[in-house]
Amino acid sequence: MKQLELVSRGARRKRATSLSLKFLPWLVALGLPLIVDSNASGNFAYCLVWAFGAIGLAAMWGYGGILSFGQTAFFGLSGYAYGIIALNFGDSWITSWGSLLAALVVSVAAATLIGYMIFYGRIKGVFIGIVTLSITLVLETFMSQTAGPQWAIGAAKLNGYNGMGGMPQLTIPWHGGPLTLENTSFYYFVLALLALVYWVTRKLLDGPFGLTLIAIRENPQRAEMLGVDIRRHQLLIFVFGSTLGGLSGVLYTIWGSYITPSTMGLTSAALPVIWVATAGRKSIGGAIIGTALLVWLSQNLAVYGSQYALILLGSILLIVVLLAPEGLLPYVITHLRRLATRPQSNAVPEPQTALKAGRGSKS
Amino acid sequence: MTRLLETRALTKRFGGANVINGIDFQIDTGEIRCVIGPNGAGKSTFFKLITGEHTPSDGSIHFLGRDMNRVLPHERIRMGMSIKFQIPGVFADLTVRQHLQLGLYRAKDVSSTSLDELLHRFMLEQEASVLACNLSHGKKQWLEIAMAVSLGPKLLFLDEPVAGMSVEETHATGELIKRLRDAGLTIMVVEHDMTFVKQIASRVSVLHGGRLFADGPLDEILGRDDVAEIYLGRKK
Repeated sequence: MKQLELVSRGARRKRATSLSLKFLPWLVALGLPLIVDSNASGNFAYCLVWAFGAIGLAAMWGYGGILSFGQTAFFGLSGYAYGIIALNFGDSWITSWGSLLAALVVSVAAATLIGYMIFYGRIKGVFIGIVTLSITLVLETFMSQTAGPQWAIGAAKLNGYNGMGGMPQLTIPWHGGPLTLENTSFYYFVLALLALVYWVTRKLLDGPFGLTLIAIRENPQRAEMLGVDIRRHQLLIFVFGSTLGGLSGVLYTIWGSYITPSTMGLTSAALPVIWVATAGRKSIGGAIIGTALLVWLSQNLAVYGSQYALILLGSILLIVVLLAPEGLLPYVITHLRRLATRPQSNAVPEPQTALKAGRGSKS
Repeated sequence: MTRLLETRALTKRFGGANVINGIDFQIDTGEIRCVIGPNGAGKSTFFKLITGEHTPSDGSIHFLGRDMNRVLPHERIRMGMSIKFQIPGVFADLTVRQHLQLGLYRAKDVSSTSLDELLHRFMLEQEASVLACNLSHGKKQWLEIAMAVSLGPKLLFLDEPVAGMSVEETHATGELIKRLRDAGLTIMVVEHDMTFVKQIASRVSVLHGGRLFADGPLDEILGRDDVAEIYLGRKK
């Protein structure tokens, strides 16, 4: 009897730990602007902006087994698309939101085309990484040489390596004139969008689609013999994940009113992979937290020199690969849970916990 | 009884070698057909041609009266074929329950009753929440068969379903397969274990050197000296 009580107390404590781990980060994020000034809120918004692309990569890589280095290609495509459309069609609230949607459509179309060629062309494994990396580098090279007055689309000058600037920010209609989303208001907008994207992604990946993706990642041949159209599933998750990379690009362009070709460069292309690998590629929540923290850390280190952040990120990646290949956050959470549910000296351990624990973290 | 599957002059060449050589084969609804033959007879290749993993070099395959030559593997499964592979290929990151859900989703049958019934029928109730990679070999084989059945197929292929099983597990699997047949399923089995073949089969097809060497009722085929000679190496 006493043993049963101890087991159920352990299970309750485990549930409580899981719940607090689930909601605590959101509560902290909600309360953050209350303790920092408006400028700092704007900087935190910058950290969150990158998380959309990280969610997309975690969905593709962690669930579908598709390692894409192309998040930055879609980041740049949608970022530039937003700039070109918004600069040409004015800065009313309708055009700014319309430009955001149109820029996402550009990512959807590009991802569909590239994904179709990859998956229906039977490109697999590491070659997907090579193809997507090549695409982002080609885009960077192309955009870098667009200096000069001849490289303009309507009112939008591409400006080569220096990048495009002067894009309008998002506004919402308000009595007494439109309200611009900047600093704290932009932070809350990004946070709300992030919560929505997180919820949609979890719904998608926790259901039959996510289960099918895991099956494809684990054993494609076996999955096909369950009647799964592998290429269609891979294309769908690639388009979904890449479009989230595009969303990061649009929000980045809106946040800073500029975008440069270097956002599609080699260093930039490696960063989402490092964030997601560090956070744990099988955890969507982990990808958000890990990315926001690492971007924040990089931003603070950049004050002392831009190379310090890269050296640190490289070192973190090395440690993760060697010590916690499933990711740093899942590693920490597993150990925290183990600590929280550690049975007392005379308690009986829960049967088959090790066997029942799914490897894919769903935090 | 209606004709479910038919192959006509089915041939598969790898390089210059005819691994499958002009096989004419038929199977009707409600049968348990065992395909036997010595190693290298072409049994697994024959299976893979039918399920679409390999493309025929010549000849045709008809399932439910439709020519399968241009039908993709996953579409054949959706038409009503289902296969249990020779080597269990369970998904390491999924539990037993999730494995069966995968099949039930595809069969558009997501009721928990179907899931519980499958778990019960294949004696996997205790292991429902266990990661499939942690199952014993025998249970992995049952899970593989349960997955194939979860798709609600018309024709079930079982490639060596009792390989590596104990005598008790082998017998239980045989009874399970017979119950599936009684429930209306047509089953095609590749197997080496002759005790198991005798337990389940109504008809037997013998492959040898890529050809259909013999085909007929179990007792008649197993009683033939030429079959014994090629299969068991026994002299007349």
